[in-house]
Amino acid sequence: MGARLVLDAAGPNIITTDATGCLEVFTTRWPQSAWGVPFIHSLFENSAAVAAGIESALKALGRTDEAKVIAQGGDGGTADIGLQCLSGMLERGHDVLYVCYDNEAYMNTGVQRSGLTPFDCDTRTSPSGKASWGNPLRKKDMPAIVAAHGAPYVATASIAYPKDVERKVKKALGIKGPKYIQIHVPCPPGWKSEPALTIKVAKLAVETGLYPVFEMEDGVVTKVRKIPKTRKPVTEYLKVQGRFKHLFKKPGGEKEIKKIQQIADENIERYGLAGEKEPVATTTQT
Amino acid sequence: MKVILGGLIKSGTSRENHTGSWRNYRPVYKQKTCIDCNICITVCPDSCVVRISEKKFDFDPDYCKGCGMCAEECPVNDIEMILEEK
Amino acid sequence: MARTFTEGSKAVAEVIRVCRPNVVSAYPITPQTHIVEELSAMVANGRLKAESVNVESEFSAASVVLGASATGARTYTATTSQGMLLMTEVLFNISGMRLPVVLTCANRAVSAPINIWNDQQDSISVRDAGWIQLYAEDIQEAADLHLQAFRIAEHPDVLLPVMVCMDGFVLTHSYEPVDLVSQEEADEFLPPYRPEYYLTPKDPLTYGAMLGPEAYMESRYQLDKALRDSSRMIVEVAGEFKKKIGRYQGALIDTYKTEDAEVILVAMGSVLSTIKEAVDKLRDEGGQKVGVLKVRSFRPFPKEEVYSALEGASDVLVMDRAFSPGSGGVLTTEVKATFCGRKSTANIKGHIIGLGGRDMTVESILNVINDRAVVSGQDKVVDLNESLLGGQKL
Repeated sequence: MGARLVLDAAGPNIITTDATGCLEVFTTRWPQSAWGVPFIHSLFENSAAVAAGIESALKALGRTDEAKVIAQGGDGGTADIGLQCLSGMLERGHDVLYVCYDNEAYMNTGVQRSGLTPFDCDTRTSPSGKASWGNPLRKKDMPAIVAAHGAPYVATASIAYPKDVERKVKKALGIKGPKYIQIHVPCPPGWKSEPALTIKVAKLAVETGLYPVFEMEDGVVTKVRKIPKTRKPVTEYLKVQGRFKHLFKKPGGEKEIKKIQQIADENIERYGLAGEKEPVATTTQT
Repeated sequence: MKVILGGLIKSGTSRENHTGSWRNYRPVYKQKTCIDCNICITVCPDSCVVRISEKKFDFDPDYCKGCGMCAEECPVNDIEMILEEK
Repeated sequence: MARTFTEGSKAVAEVIRVCRPNVVSAYPITPQTHIVEELSAMVANGRLKAESVNVESEFSAASVVLGASATGARTYTATTSQGMLLMTEVLFNISGMRLPVVLTCANRAVSAPINIWNDQQDSISVRDAGWIQLYAEDIQEAADLHLQAFRIAEHPDVLLPVMVCMDGFVLTHSYEPVDLVSQEEADEFLPPYRPEYYLTPKDPLTYGAMLGPEAYMESRYQLDKALRDSSRMIVEVAGEFKKKIGRYQGALIDTYKTEDAEVILVAMGSVLSTIKEAVDKLRDEGGQKVGVLKVRSFRPFPKEEVYSALEGASDVLVMDRAFSPGSGGVLTTEVKATFCGRKSTANIKGHIIGLGGRDMTVESILNVINDRAVVSGQDKVVDLNESLLGGQKL
């Protein structure tokens, strides 16, 4: 869904790359391709470098008016194995929009932990058990890393707010230089959540403060999505996903949930997410 | 189709693959309370919701996988998911 | 055409320049650095109008040229040794997508232990990557092969990446008088790159699809066929080069005094010059019937041509500058394979020579020829320094 929103906003005049992952696997199973725009999948870790090559070619061939370049990747292809290529692309200032579909694990290979897997999350390589609460590490702060490279536009978004995703994509494509948008995309099989509730789950992530939605321009936070005045506790978000259910089942889980609440509180503090208004009816907001 | 140059594919060829056969549930548009907000179109991951005319919507049976997000997000509960009897 | 006394790296850079690449991207690594630096200087002085992308690793260099080539640009990169190994994943990807990238390999030994001097282990280790591999004997040839490389790679019947291998330091950092092709000659020889398929919104395509068991094999078969069939184009382009530029350079193999030879040495790269010297010495001084088979195209491996050149000899002495540990010399194995099931009764003996930059002298070569009757189950490691071996502890 994330990809669909990005492409809807970007229009047909793009060339896009993608890292190895669910997205390219299910969309390019020969002899069929679901992409209506020019698309190239190379390897797991080089989406950003291939995009840099495409951008350089368009420049060299005098075809920059023909298409914008969008690099896509999942959390692995962005924050872990793909980090080097992303760093190089950002540092060299290529005119490329990089979109990270953050579903918080290596989903295509069967739900293994990534650098963007949240704290205490159960995955196949960070399972909860008698001696473990799941992933003991916090999410890698990719937006900060990208901003530190001097990228003019860095944003996080969520498919809970589809129009916001489209707005950010359109805005980014109007800026010259390297741009980064990290979109939170729940994966129902990976998160063990109800497919029909995907938007609601994504919304809870934002409303609890666990997934701050904001924009940074030239390294400074310029816009944030405020969360409702009456805060939703993280338990509301955690309990609708099987990947956190051990926190409710194992004795001592309340302590872990408190730690997660603290992460949410820190985010709210850091990005100034505390809102003045109460939420409107639970519709898909813009 | 023949294999060309390492598996090069023309765009949009997946339209031939009717993934609608995967679904168990399908949406029914009751068309009683619809306010034409178009949220169902926005949230469908497969772009399967079709606006026929004012306040009149339907789904694309060729590709709808029955995920239920349109029904869940409709603000006026005008969409219901029913088990598809095949 | 201008004759100039120049460094190997510089000669290559000058030829690349007149080939009009659109995107060049390389990561510096000894001994390829001078090529990269020359190209950067050319861009800075406006002599080369290309996008020069200073990447953060060889892996990215290969990825950048992959993306650029897929977009329809003429692309170039260069590397060696560790860089070649690092970009190996991308090399397979580039050939799999049939992108006509040209790469210079400044042949160097591989780590561990680390060694910056010349042998051919790096390019030999990626022989399965699906690239055409051409080995140059001297700087003039190295320079000329690059011009031919673009022509071969971009030909619609080929569409394969080409690796031009030149021995690191030996050819990259030494000086020779070189005839450099002019821009006009290059333009006449190498037409602009106009691929039928490339990334553009005007006709959207999908590259890098997933092919399952039902089609992957056919795709790989096609790659193999394309590589084998490219030998025809390699020969054709060499012929064109002779016609248009005026000198012979290229094609699959060359023979040197093999017509009546009883002993033939086989090798690739710069060591051939030394071998030819040894052969001349033996012929002039003792009338010994010795000859040399120069293998220029290692991939595609010219089986028929190699066999034809060697079948009449009694002894074939293969000189390998790369080997497969646990097995033996790689060129040796390939040569032996061409004799399998054939009539010739030539004795084929393999030799591992000059690893990590160890010099191969005329004397060593003469010893090899003299000792040809001494056979063991393994390829002979020439000039092995026994005094360094046999230790048990520090």
